[in-house]
Amino acid sequence: MKNLLDEAISRPHIGTLEYQPKDFKPDVDVRWCAGCGGFSILSPVQRMMPDLGIPKEKIAFISGIGCSGRFPYYMDVYGFHGIHGRAIAIASGLKISRPDLSVWVATGDGDNMSIGGNHFIHGCRRNVDLNVIMFNNEVYSLTKGQYSPTSHKGQITKSSPLGALDEPFNPAALALGSGATFVARGFDKDRAHLQHLFKRAAEHKGFAFVEVYVNCNIFNDGAFDSFAKKDVREDKTVMLEHGKPLIFGKEKDKGVKLDGFKPTVVSLTDGSHSVADLLVHDEKDSTLAFILGNMTYNPEVPRPLGIFQSLERPSYDDSVQFQIDHEIETKGAGSISELLKGKESWEVK
Amino acid sequence: MEKEIVYLDEITVRFAGDSGDGMQLAGKQFSNASASSGVDVNTFPDFPSEIRAPEGTLYGVSAFQIKLGSNSVNTHGDMIDVLVAMNASSLKVNIGNLKAGGMIIASTKGFDARNLKLAKYDSNPLEDGSLSKFNLIPLDIESIVKEELKGSGIHPKIVRKSKNFFALGLTYWLFNRPMEPTVKWLNTKFKSKADVLEANIRVLTAGWNYALKNDAFKNQYNFQPASFEKGTYRNISGNHAVALGLVVASKKANIPLFLGTYPITPATDILQYISGYKKYGIRHLQAEDEIAGITSAIGASYGGSLAATTTSGPGLSLKIEALGLAVITELPLVIINVQRGGPSTGLPTKPEQSDLYQAMYGRHGEAPLPVIAAASAADCFDMTIEASRLALKYMTPVILLTDGYIAQGTEPWKIPTMDELPDLAPKFCDDPKNFAPYKRDPKTLARMWAVPGMQGMEHRIGGLEKQDITGVVNQDPDNHQKMVELRQEKIDRITNDIPKLEVMGNPEAELLVIGWGSSYGAIKSAVDEKLKEGTKVAFVHLKHMNPFPSNLGEIVEKYDTILVPEMNMGQLKNILQARFIKPMIGLNKVQGQPFKTSDIKFKIDEILSQKEVVQ
Ligand SMILES: Cc1ncc(C[n+]2csc(CCOP(=O)(O)OP(=O)(O)O)c2C)c(N)n1
Ligand code: SF4
Ligand SMILES: [Mg+2]
Repeated sequence: MKNLLDEAISRPHIGTLEYQPKDFKPDVDVRWCAGCGGFSILSPVQRMMPDLGIPKEKIAFISGIGCSGRFPYYMDVYGFHGIHGRAIAIASGLKISRPDLSVWVATGDGDNMSIGGNHFIHGCRRNVDLNVIMFNNEVYSLTKGQYSPTSHKGQITKSSPLGALDEPFNPAALALGSGATFVARGFDKDRAHLQHLFKRAAEHKGFAFVEVYVNCNIFNDGAFDSFAKKDVREDKTVMLEHGKPLIFGKEKDKGVKLDGFKPTVVSLTDGSHSVADLLVHDEKDSTLAFILGNMTYNPEVPRPLGIFQSLERPSYDDSVQFQIDHEIETKGAGSISELLKGKESWEVK
Repeated sequence: MEKEIVYLDEITVRFAGDSGDGMQLAGKQFSNASASSGVDVNTFPDFPSEIRAPEGTLYGVSAFQIKLGSNSVNTHGDMIDVLVAMNASSLKVNIGNLKAGGMIIASTKGFDARNLKLAKYDSNPLEDGSLSKFNLIPLDIESIVKEELKGSGIHPKIVRKSKNFFALGLTYWLFNRPMEPTVKWLNTKFKSKADVLEANIRVLTAGWNYALKNDAFKNQYNFQPASFEKGTYRNISGNHAVALGLVVASKKANIPLFLGTYPITPATDILQYISGYKKYGIRHLQAEDEIAGITSAIGASYGGSLAATTTSGPGLSLKIEALGLAVITELPLVIINVQRGGPSTGLPTKPEQSDLYQAMYGRHGEAPLPVIAAASAADCFDMTIEASRLALKYMTPVILLTDGYIAQGTEPWKIPTMDELPDLAPKFCDDPKNFAPYKRDPKTLARMWAVPGMQGMEHRIGGLEKQDITGVVNQDPDNHQKMVELRQEKIDRITNDIPKLEVMGNPEAELLVIGWGSSYGAIKSAVDEKLKEGTKVAFVHLKHMNPFPSNLGEIVEKYDTILVPEMNMGQLKNILQARFIKPMIGLNKVQGQPFKTSDIKFKIDEILSQKEVVQ
């Protein structure tokens, strides 16, 4: 017998599932500043959604607090704007209780790495089937410009006039170290790549973490220019593609090679190395993922972008369902009157 | 020797020993056997916060107290009639509560030089005559047990560990309680450990026979059966009752249950029970902290489950920000706070009622929510159903307060049938054309509920203030005023949906006692005893703390002198005084121990004698 919730959510979808991106745009103004990197996430998400073929009513976006926290209002699906840092915890409760939903989290570098750091690392290891997009602008924007856990050492902000003293988190490495099964990184200037990453995240069964470098043109403008600006981009970043060697440079003239465990840049034109010497990316190799993750702040190598790791492990929500099904299969569905009676009841006549 | 059978109305037994002596187990068995054989029982486990405190120490004593009787037994007993003391320390810390003439069954092995020194005795109390006003029965339990199991080939460690069953056997004979329930329990518990099973059953029986044959036990005590209503009963602790209450509430609501929580004494049992209920389709998350506990529950509630979170004082403090979120998103949520001694880590295993302010007022912003409190272990079941009813009907978080006393203590519970319980089914909006997230039921003011998965009602909610009806983010001054007032009005209206208070005792009394929560038992017993003595005293007990029952004001109006006993520094008293502008008298016990009946009787006497002097 179906319960009321099952009944409410299992009605057949009426109409088409052939959505257009515009079907995901609600009738509200997007209130981010003009030029905000956030738009570069919103648009590929809306473009990617129709590809998933999931009914709109089965999609939920959960957010915390920050400029990124407004994201759910800009998606015409179910949305929940939570409290600072707790989006992953809220989303976990939703997904565990509602495995039928596609659950997304929009969060920021402060929201997710600072106040929500605990939920983030536990979300990673627990492997709840969530798709987490972290808007990393390396600053607290909504509170108007303080340094964040991803701000670089020495960064001048309103709360660090003499330069931030903390070392930043390396979000990809933190996610890998915490056991996330899917870890990826993109940046706002390459929307097509982001769209690809979001689709891969959606298809991944388990905790998918996508870090996106987003420019906050108000409080941290140009934070990523040193490697993301058009003229330097190809020389300063490297795309991780499964099964392909790590080649980069405007002229595709450089590559990354492993020297023991140490990634080093080699020239493909001076005759010393060929493509065959290069590191070939393997999404399924978690040891390699650590090495690649650690390239992030290493000035001697290009900044890696793409999918660091994509491993298959049972998701937490699936495992919960498995335990329930297995219990019911082996012991029979529980009888409430037996539960209430317990083993040591007695009759008063 | 012919043994005389003496009939008693009630008696209090306390098993005390080291943490490793199995006193909790003996106590639980004794109470189950007693209750199932027709007497009323009330129990209180009293143990140190250390898991295995060093053996023999005063602070390491673990005890289990049971009161049994033919009449309704509301407390675990003020003074002890029979003390089972497995060592010197357990005698020392409990002797002050033993009635003159009371019986001490002492295990002599626990009174060797080492134990005496740890208990800080200069001489052996079993031998120096200092216990002459008690009925002292020293027994070398260890040797008796060893003798009994001689040649059985059972490992000496198992032999030594079985001595609590000897003590249990003695008390079964002494109070003429059946051994069968314990034998049955042993058979299931140690199905695959034949040696432990054999040892325990033989030793249990040896205890019974020893008492039967030994002249030190002159009388056997018995009770007229208590007058229970017809039905099926079991012994239940408050935590267990909460766990069952949640399961039943979800069945009555016909929606799934989700528990998001983090372990904390004395609330952890609830999580442990629930984690074993997978075959009932129940989901839970042992989260990384209390904040994730409550926010995951909010996520599940958003998804259409009956969601709950369980905790104790320090954990509730961590959940407070999220309570604000549940209030403004108007989602159903049950928060169970099993109070313990505070502040901070305080007395983690001991009860207190000092989170009332936190439950009533511990929020940012104007964030009213219903607060209810359970009066006894069995009442925890009903109050969990009530919390779920209010949460689902009014789309609101509800805090249920219990405490370490009733959470861990037990009493017989008449098991309800499903059709006796209220229907809690929520109404999911099924009309997309008519749907708006903050459209309200005109009567209850509950907002409409549509959950992800329902086509055509995709909407966004969250912590930002929302426009009335549409739920669109809105910072308009008049709208905020309106929404704050609506949220308040919704909670205020609950007062018309809860039972009126009943005045117990003598309504024409000069003194009214107002109680709440777990002190119900002690106050009820005290008032009953005073009434029997001819004192005119009245009593009301609050279970709904916010909003109060509608006739509370009327009742308070009627009495000049009002006593409010609570296990805190006067939190309810202050709330009532402010609300009804009327001075009241507090009786405030913050010792990590529940009230004794005598504490309250003493205070009633004191107040009434002073009144006489004044008049
Ligand atoms: C409990 C709590 N603490 C602090 C704040 C204030 N606050 C709001 S957003 C924010 C930082 C957001 O930074 P980030 O996640 O990087 O978001 P961004 O605005 O940069 O997208 C802070 C500190 C809050 N809303 N709630
Ligand atoms: S402050 Fe920065 S992050 Fe926030 S909306 Fe404006 S540009 Fe975007
Ligand atoms: Mg930021």
